[in-house]
Amino acid sequence: MSQLTAPTLTSPTGAEAGFLRVLAGQTVTVLRKDLLLEWRGRSRLLSVMLFGLVTLALFSFAVGPDSANLRAGASGFLVLALLLSSTLALSESFRLEHEQRAIEGLLLLPVDPTAIYYGKALGNTIFLCLLAPVLMWVAMVLYAVEFGALTLVKMLGLWVLAAAGLSAPGTLYAAMTSRLRSQDVLLPLLLFPLVIPVLLGSVKAMDLVMTGDPMSQLRSWSLMLLAFDVIYWSLCGVLFQHAIEDP
Amino acid sequence: MTQRIPWARISWEHWVAGCGLALLLVGTYVGLFVAPPERHMGDVQRIMYVHVPSAWNGLLCYTGAFVAAIVVLWTSRPKWDAAMVGMIEAGVVLNALLLVQGSIWARATWGVWWDWDVRLTTSLVMLLLFAGVMALRSFVEDAERRTTWTAIATIVSFVDVPLVYFCVRWWRSLHQVQSTPETVDRAMVLPLRMNAVAFLLLAIWFAARRARLELALRRRDEVAVPERRELVHA
Repeated sequence: MSQLTAPTLTSPTGAEAGFLRVLAGQTVTVLRKDLLLEWRGRSRLLSVMLFGLVTLALFSFAVGPDSANLRAGASGFLVLALLLSSTLALSESFRLEHEQRAIEGLLLLPVDPTAIYYGKALGNTIFLCLLAPVLMWVAMVLYAVEFGALTLVKMLGLWVLAAAGLSAPGTLYAAMTSRLRSQDVLLPLLLFPLVIPVLLGSVKAMDLVMTGDPMSQLRSWSLMLLAFDVIYWSLCGVLFQHAIEDP
Repeated sequence: MTQRIPWARISWEHWVAGCGLALLLVGTYVGLFVAPPERHMGDVQRIMYVHVPSAWNGLLCYTGAFVAAIVVLWTSRPKWDAAMVGMIEAGVVLNALLLVQGSIWARATWGVWWDWDVRLTTSLVMLLLFAGVMALRSFVEDAERRTTWTAIATIVSFVDVPLVYFCVRWWRSLHQVQSTPETVDRAMVLPLRMNAVAFLLLAIWFAARRARLELALRRRDEVAVPERRELVHA
């Protein structure tokens, strides 16, 4: 466990570079703790992955067996599967902390709350990125779409941007709603309208990657996703300390 | 014996509401019977005299709620929390009215009740976001936590508000860009401005009444009789 000792944030009045270095160190420590817990359990990853697969299968049942229709909606189905799976993953990430009141121990450590946020959000982003290979492969099979090597790289890049966009506000809202009885209702209620730009941007961009981009629109949609990520990763990092402070 | 009305005891917001109602009546009369019909759309354009004031004041209420949310996180004072809630709810009411009026107008001019145009979509998202904030608030029992979390959700949701205003300039939209007094006939500007001020006064009344209610509820919770189990424990 000595490997998980967090660097102490002694004084924010010191050099800014030193402050950022300590913050980054603490973030990595929180991230490693989450990844270690996930690796030891692995049940969350498997169940969320299975949920994503079921969702993809349900979409194909709803649309029907016509492969042209399925191919046309493939990018939308993929992103919706990611979105629906993310609510399970996000709510679980804080439920574990609250079950044994582990969050209280975490807050007692000399760790900046911002580092806890970025550690958790990065953990959630990595978790959602791990769904990509399986869900994309299933989409190739079920929806009759084909990815070349370059297409696959572009798709993975967009998947990372979408996962980061879902994780930033999702981690903040999961921290808040995980203490409430109605978490299962509230998290999607708060998160889904907020991430509509992520849904629109990633669906459109993935569609352009899969079907071709004659008007060169891919760059602008990707930039929109990136802008969303930058705004919400910054804003939620600032607000997180207020969300977890116990009144 | 005649009973004198205690004018001094009437809250300031009721005077504001009275002025707002009077102005709304005059503005609506001018909009319906004095202002000329639009050349292409005809009388259906008159919905603009309530649609545009709803939009302006809805955005203004959300902006006020955003400012109050920042002050709440800074100071944690209950009166700012109450002001924030009042303005969120006034904004949600105006936002819902905006979408209904816009839908009626769209049916008459575009032939459909709804179109997934960028302005309409962002306005709908804005309503869903702030309705979500209200839902979150209703589920949190602890007063201080409720205050902080409402403020956080308000700040996060507010990011959509500038997008609603500027989207018609940034993207190609079916919805027209913002009009100015130079692009609208003077006879149409007058009822539009009267109703805008009337809506603003009525929104202030709504927000103030809701804020008073919120403060009263908070006071009630503070002096509430402890549950039997807590008394036994004590």
